[in-house]
Amino acid sequence: MSKILIIAEHDGSRLNQATAKCVTCAAAVAGAEITVAVFAADSAAVAAQAAQLAGVARVLRVDHPANAQPVAATLAPQLAALANGYTHVFGPSTTFGKDLMPRVAGLLGAPQLSDIMAVESATRFRRPMYAGNAIVTVEVAAGTQLVATVRTASFEAAGSGGNAPVEAAAVQVELPTHTRFVSVSAARSDRPDLQTAARVVSGGRALGSAENFQILYSLADRMAAAVGASRAAVDAGYAANDMQVGQTGKIISPELYLCFGISGAIQHLTGIKDARTIVAVNKDSEAPIFEIADIGLVGDLFQIAPELERLIAAAK
Amino acid sequence: MKRILVAIKRVVDYNVRIRVKPDGTGVVTDGVKMSINPFDEIALEEALRLKEKGLAEEVIVVTIGPSDCQQQLRTGLAMGADRAIHVQTDAIIEPLVAARVLHKLAEKEQVMLAILGKQAIDDDASQTGQILAALWGRPQATFASRVEIEGGTATVTREVDAGLETLNVDLPAVITTDLRLNEPRYVKLPDIMKAKKKPLDILDLASLGVEALQQVQMVKFEPPAQRSRGVMVKDAQELFAALQKKGLV
Ligand SMILES: Cc1cc2nc3c(=O)[nH]c(=O)nc-3n(C[C@H](O)[C@H](O)[C@H](O)COP(=O)(O)OP(=O)(O)OC[C@H]3O[C@@H](n4cnc5c(N)ncnc54)[C@H](O)[C@@H]3O)c2cc1C
Repeated sequence: MSKILIIAEHDGSRLNQATAKCVTCAAAVAGAEITVAVFAADSAAVAAQAAQLAGVARVLRVDHPANAQPVAATLAPQLAALANGYTHVFGPSTTFGKDLMPRVAGLLGAPQLSDIMAVESATRFRRPMYAGNAIVTVEVAAGTQLVATVRTASFEAAGSGGNAPVEAAAVQVELPTHTRFVSVSAARSDRPDLQTAARVVSGGRALGSAENFQILYSLADRMAAAVGASRAAVDAGYAANDMQVGQTGKIISPELYLCFGISGAIQHLTGIKDARTIVAVNKDSEAPIFEIADIGLVGDLFQIAPELERLIAAAK
Repeated sequence: MKRILVAIKRVVDYNVRIRVKPDGTGVVTDGVKMSINPFDEIALEEALRLKEKGLAEEVIVVTIGPSDCQQQLRTGLAMGADRAIHVQTDAIIEPLVAARVLHKLAEKEQVMLAILGKQAIDDDASQTGQILAALWGRPQATFASRVEIEGGTATVTREVDAGLETLNVDLPAVITTDLRLNEPRYVKLPDIMKAKKKPLDILDLASLGVEALQQVQMVKFEPPAQRSRGVMVKDAQELFAALQKKGLV
C-alpha cells in the first residue's frame, strides 16, 4: 500500500492552495493513505486547515521556532526524518517545493520526479521536459521510496469536508546553524494571486515601461484579474519578478489568460498551456502567440486595453 | 586557494524547436545545435565576476557526460574559467549521481562555492544543486538574483513566488542561479585561442568512486497535446463580445 507524506506550504497562518493540489495528485495513486505534515513555529491554524482537506487521513504538526521561516536547510532534515515508512514524499512545484524537495531526496538518497503532471500508478508518472515540449512517462522500481514535486497547474485543489486527526510529531534531528533567513519582500497587493487566479491579464516587452503597466493593472482590477508578465518585461524592470509566467517563472492554469504585447516564445507558452481560454492582443499578425490563442486580435495594445476596460465598465 | 566550482551541462540550444522522435525514445538531437545550459552560463559569469572582484582566485568548470561535452568546457574556458574537469561517461546521469560527482570534486578541490544553474533546460529537473548541498551538508541558496560575499558568508537574494527572499549563509555553500543574476559575457576570438592552452582534466566515475546508478526509467516520450489556432476578432468591441459569450467578463 502507498503511504504518501505531503509537506504543507503556508505563510504561517494560511495553507497555500498548492497543498490541496498535492493532495489531489496523491489521491490519484490507488489506495494511497495521505498524511500532511505542517512545519511552523506554531502550526495550529494551518494544521486545522489541512485537516479539512478531503482525502487526508492524518495531519502531523512539527512546531519549532526554527520553522518560522521556510528555510530548506532547516526543514529538509526534519522532513527526511519524518519520511521514514512512507513510500512517497510529495511537495508542490512552487519555489518552496523546488528548493526543499531535492534536498530531502539527497538526504534520503531517493530519486526525485520533478513536476509530475499525471499519475499512472504508484511507480509510474508523467512529467514535462524541454519546457513542456516533451511529455515523458517515467517509472521507478517497485519498493523505491520516491520524492516528487507536483505540477500544481495539472491538478484541481482537493475539496474541503475532511476531518483528519491532528497529531504532534516529535522529530529528533540536529538543525543546522549555517543558514540564516534575513528577509522577504513581498509586493503585497489586493489583486488576486497569480498562481490561483481565475483570470490573468499579462503584458510583455511592448508595454515599454513600468508606468505603462498601469494600463493593465487598471483593466485587471476591472476584471478581478491577477497580473502577469513575460520575462522580457520583468528583465526590463517593467514588472516584478514574481509576475513572470513561463518555464522559469510561474506555471498557471487560469480560466482566462489575456495577454498584451507578448510574442509567444516557447518558454512563455509553457507557462500558460493549461489556461482554459487564451486571448492575445499583438500588433504583429505573424506573432507565434496567435498559433495557440483561442481568440486573437491584431492591434495596438495601447488603444485596445483601455477600450476593453471601458466596454467592461459600461456593461456593469 | 579560494576556488569556485561551476557545473555546466551541454543541452539542446534554447532556440531549437524540440521534436519528439516518432518512436518515442527521446527527442531529436542529431544535427541539432548544442550549447551550455543558459543558467550555467549565468553561473559561470557570476563566478568570473567574483574572481574579478578579488573574492575568488580560481574558477573551475566541470561537466559530466560524453566526449562531445568538451566543446562546452572549452567555451567555459574561453569565457574565462581557469581550468576544466571532464567527468567522462556515456551513462544516463541522474541528478543524484551528478550531485555525488560534484560533491567529490567540491571536497577534493576544497571549494568555497559551488555555483550551478537552477535548472537544465533539457530535463527541467531543478535538483542537482540542492542535492549537492544535502550531500555536502552545506547551505543552499537557490534561484539567486543577487550574490554578495563578505567575511566568510554569502548574502543571497532569491527569486521566490512571493517576491524576493534574502538568506545569509556560511561558506562553503551552494548557489543556484536565476535568470536575472547577470548577463553572461560574449566570448571573443582571442579567448578561444587562449582557452586551447588551459588545462582540461579527464576523469571517470570510477576514479571518483561514484556509480552510474539509474533509478528512473524514461519509458516513453510524447509530444504535448497541441492547442489549436482559434478565431480572430477585429476590434475591442468584438473581443468584448467574444469574452462575454464565454462568460469571461
Ligand atoms: C532559459 C530561458 C528561460 C526563459 N524563461 C522564460 C519565462 O519563464 N517566461 C518568459 O516569458 N520568457 C522566458 N524566456 C524568454 C523568452 O525566450 C522570450 O525572450 C520572452 O518571452 C519574450 O518576451 P515578450 O514576448 O514580452 O517580448 P518580445 O518577444 O520582444 O515580444 C514583444 C511583442 O510585442 C508586440 N508589440 C509591440 N508593440 C506592440 C503594441 N503597441 N501593441 C501590441 N503588440 C505590440 C510585438 O509584435 C511582439 O510580438 C526564457 C528564455 C530563456 C533562454
